[in-house]
Amino acid sequence: MFSRLGPPLTILLLAGPVFAGLAGTLLPAFGYLPALGGDTFGFGPFAELAQQTGIWRSAWMSYYTGVAAAAVSLLLVLLFVAAWAGTRAFATIQHLVSPLLSVPHAAAAFGFAFLIAPSGVLSRLASPWLTGWERPPDVIIVNDGAALSLIAGLVVKEVPFLLLVTLAALPQVPVERTRKITALLGYGRIAGFIYASWPQIYRQIRLAVLAVIAFSASVVDVAAILGPTLPGTLAVRLAGWMNDPEISMRFLASAGALLQLGVAVAAILTWIALEKTLGPLVQVMAQAGYSLRRDRWLRLAVLWLMALAAGIVFAGLGALAIWSVAGLWQFPDALPDSVTLKSWMRAAPRIAGPLLTTCIVAVCATAIAVALAMMCLVREDATGKRATRFALPLIYLPLVVPQVAFLFGLQLLFILSGTVASLPALIFAHVVFVLPYVFLSLSDPWRAFDKRYEAVAAGLGKSRSTMLWRIRAPMLLRAILTAAAVGFAVSIGQYLPTLLVGAGRLPTITTEAVALASGGNRRVIGVYAFLQMLLPLAGFAVATLVPALLFRRFRAMRA
Amino acid sequence: MKKLLAAAALIAGLTTSALAEDPDPAKWDTVVEQARGQKVYFNAWGGSESINAYIEWAGSRIMENYGVELVHVKLDDTANAVAKVVAEKAAGRNDAGTVDLIWINGENFASMKRQSLLLAGEWATKLPNWQYVDIENKPTILTDFTIPTDGQESPWGMAKLVFFYDGARTDAGTLPQSADGLLEWAKANPGRFSYPQPPDFIGSSFLKQVLSEKVVDRSVLLKPVVEEEFDAVTKPLFDYLDQLHPVMWRSGGAYPQNYPAMRQLLADSELDIIFAFNPAEASSAIANGELPDTVRSFTFPGGTLSNTHFVAIPYNAAAKAGALVLANFLISPEAQAHKQDPQVWGDPTVLNVGKLDAEDKAKFDALDLGIATLAPEDLGPALDEPHPTWLDRLETEWKRRYGVAN
Repeated sequence: MFSRLGPPLTILLLAGPVFAGLAGTLLPAFGYLPALGGDTFGFGPFAELAQQTGIWRSAWMSYYTGVAAAAVSLLLVLLFVAAWAGTRAFATIQHLVSPLLSVPHAAAAFGFAFLIAPSGVLSRLASPWLTGWERPPDVIIVNDGAALSLIAGLVVKEVPFLLLVTLAALPQVPVERTRKITALLGYGRIAGFIYASWPQIYRQIRLAVLAVIAFSASVVDVAAILGPTLPGTLAVRLAGWMNDPEISMRFLASAGALLQLGVAVAAILTWIALEKTLGPLVQVMAQAGYSLRRDRWLRLAVLWLMALAAGIVFAGLGALAIWSVAGLWQFPDALPDSVTLKSWMRAAPRIAGPLLTTCIVAVCATAIAVALAMMCLVREDATGKRATRFALPLIYLPLVVPQVAFLFGLQLLFILSGTVASLPALIFAHVVFVLPYVFLSLSDPWRAFDKRYEAVAAGLGKSRSTMLWRIRAPMLLRAILTAAAVGFAVSIGQYLPTLLVGAGRLPTITTEAVALASGGNRRVIGVYAFLQMLLPLAGFAVATLVPALLFRRFRAMRA
Repeated sequence: MKKLLAAAALIAGLTTSALAEDPDPAKWDTVVEQARGQKVYFNAWGGSESINAYIEWAGSRIMENYGVELVHVKLDDTANAVAKVVAEKAAGRNDAGTVDLIWINGENFASMKRQSLLLAGEWATKLPNWQYVDIENKPTILTDFTIPTDGQESPWGMAKLVFFYDGARTDAGTLPQSADGLLEWAKANPGRFSYPQPPDFIGSSFLKQVLSEKVVDRSVLLKPVVEEEFDAVTKPLFDYLDQLHPVMWRSGGAYPQNYPAMRQLLADSELDIIFAFNPAEASSAIANGELPDTVRSFTFPGGTLSNTHFVAIPYNAAAKAGALVLANFLISPEAQAHKQDPQVWGDPTVLNVGKLDAEDKAKFDALDLGIATLAPEDLGPALDEPHPTWLDRLETEWKRRYGVAN
């Protein structure tokens, strides 16, 4: 069957570029890259790395940002789902939060920064009538040395991702029935959920959590906007070295990329240690009969926190939207002096080309990724074997290996093959980053699919392909479309790969936005952030509306 | 002997054939002919909408006049384009490179020139419009951060460090007149001054400005850094910064990312004095509604840093002829006058307006430089940029001393 090609092709597509890229990073890290004048192996670059001012502090900050952002996001999602799953409030918040997944990280970070800065919108709204400030107070909020605003900025972006992944896993677990049983046994809503349902759900979303840790520990754009600067996080400094015109810095950058890899691994190992500690602890609590019966205060607190997390991003984007049409807007005015479409009119003629490139690349990369992911999963069913211990980590490789660690090597590969700056090369590079997310979103609901449906169909003499197209695909349509929407959003948000593989000749909305963001012009950032937000939103609208329309007559399929 | 001659002939043959590939700006008609239909990838910082709009305008003009298409590759850091050429050289891609023209100066130029990544031959001085360039009064056109340009980059605009303040908040009479005055002012107005964190270009320039003022013998800065003397030469600078940082914005615990961020902080009333390398920057910002119309400029009577920014062609550019045509257009009186208009960009010209014919001269005379722009004669004396090695060394030392907050 055709699907036989799925697994090898996927692994080749994912692992090939990563390993080739890593080789292009690994060799220079040990001083070897003849083209740049390094032809002996040694530990020189590492010695130089160790001498960089504050390098250990940078690494430490990357490490704890990764762990903290993931822990806080997951805790919030866990408590929220535990406290409210199946209620009307849950559905409301779910609809509020889901679109946020598609907001590009950089745009959300800018909105967040502008909200909480001493001269930000919150401060403007409260000044001077409440605070008495005629001028902004001179205090550090954004870029604080403890990386708190960075962690907060990451949390508000990772919560939607983890919530969406959890939602995809939720239908496979009998949450409602379990809740009734635990309630009868006298457990509070939250405690009952954590003891009875969570372990099954967590198993399905675990890789997504690990990806969040790795991402948070190595993110460049958000950390550059919100993170500490004295010194910056490791990933930000690394990106700086990569771009240094001094070639010898490439060796240092490569050594730093390996350190970044180590930091991501350390953060993930810490997490695994946490899992090993907390899992038994929860069991002990369950057996001790700790039932947390009066959890109303916690439930309300979580609801408000969740609404706050979503509200912050929306308010930040709202602030950027106002900036995109603002004339002069001085502190402490709550609104601009004048409104003008100048920023939009200036940007309009320059947007069409990048917009087209963005859409073509995102659609193609997503289609390829969804097809490959489904081929792999079908193959898995056919052979009855789950991806082997060896293959599975390979699929998640591009998520866990920090982008900066292998992109320079990957760029060399494209240049050597003469395909740099071509559309197929760009789509290919996007597939590398889109596929893991698509696979991540799709595999768990796919595997948790109740095979008894197919057993019935097989009993009725239906062929394997009929079972796939008539039963499994329609029943999993929501999951498939959600995975596609995630992939689409991921493609649109790609910055570094687009810049390097596109060689700057295939600009997308995102590369344009980040280039303009370096100019710090809030008005222009507002214009591009709005557009960046609009595209993936359309993707998610499709993912929500199509099943709702198709299945409007099937009550059980609308859940 | 015969073999040797044959080899020499062969080498000579190779060299001439290699040269024949590169267009010769002395034969301008041929260049224009070759350029027609070419696509020029101009790699230039993309962080300013007004500059982007100007580049777009230039693109539409060379399309009309020469049939050359300009594609603006928007960079967030010029070093990215240099890195791209480096990567291409590493991969052996010695022709048909992805970068045709780079907006460049100082350290990046020095680096590319040293690594032979630039189009060889003195092409810039052979451009037809070179005749108008003001080499007489603007020495930085021939010496980029003390490095001779050798015709390997063509001038595009002039830069001079100027300061801006908001007259509605700050009394002009209290403004500092020198780096020392600035320190006194900052002590009297804590939290109201800052500079972009080095290695940001503007932030590093502030270090060079203070060093140039405080150094005992300014001539040592024009030569490469002598490591043994570095500490002694820069001691006045770092003593100065040690005093300045505690009274700066956020007490020196955070820095603006770059000049546009600093401009936003002036508009937000967080900072009272900022500085830029484009004297018309404040007028442009007022025209765009980014700063209030009460903002004005000032400069130090003792002089401030001044330099030139250029365009250069990588050795492996795919569209060399097109790049030459664009470089030539960028120094045409038409393009330079349009660029100097603060409604457009406000970047000072590299041309000697006196050399132009009456019609072109009138274009410059008609410009309204804006209320916040100092007249050229009020800009004060120019200080030379130090040798590029100083930049690198100062940035390293700054990072060592202040890169990790306590």
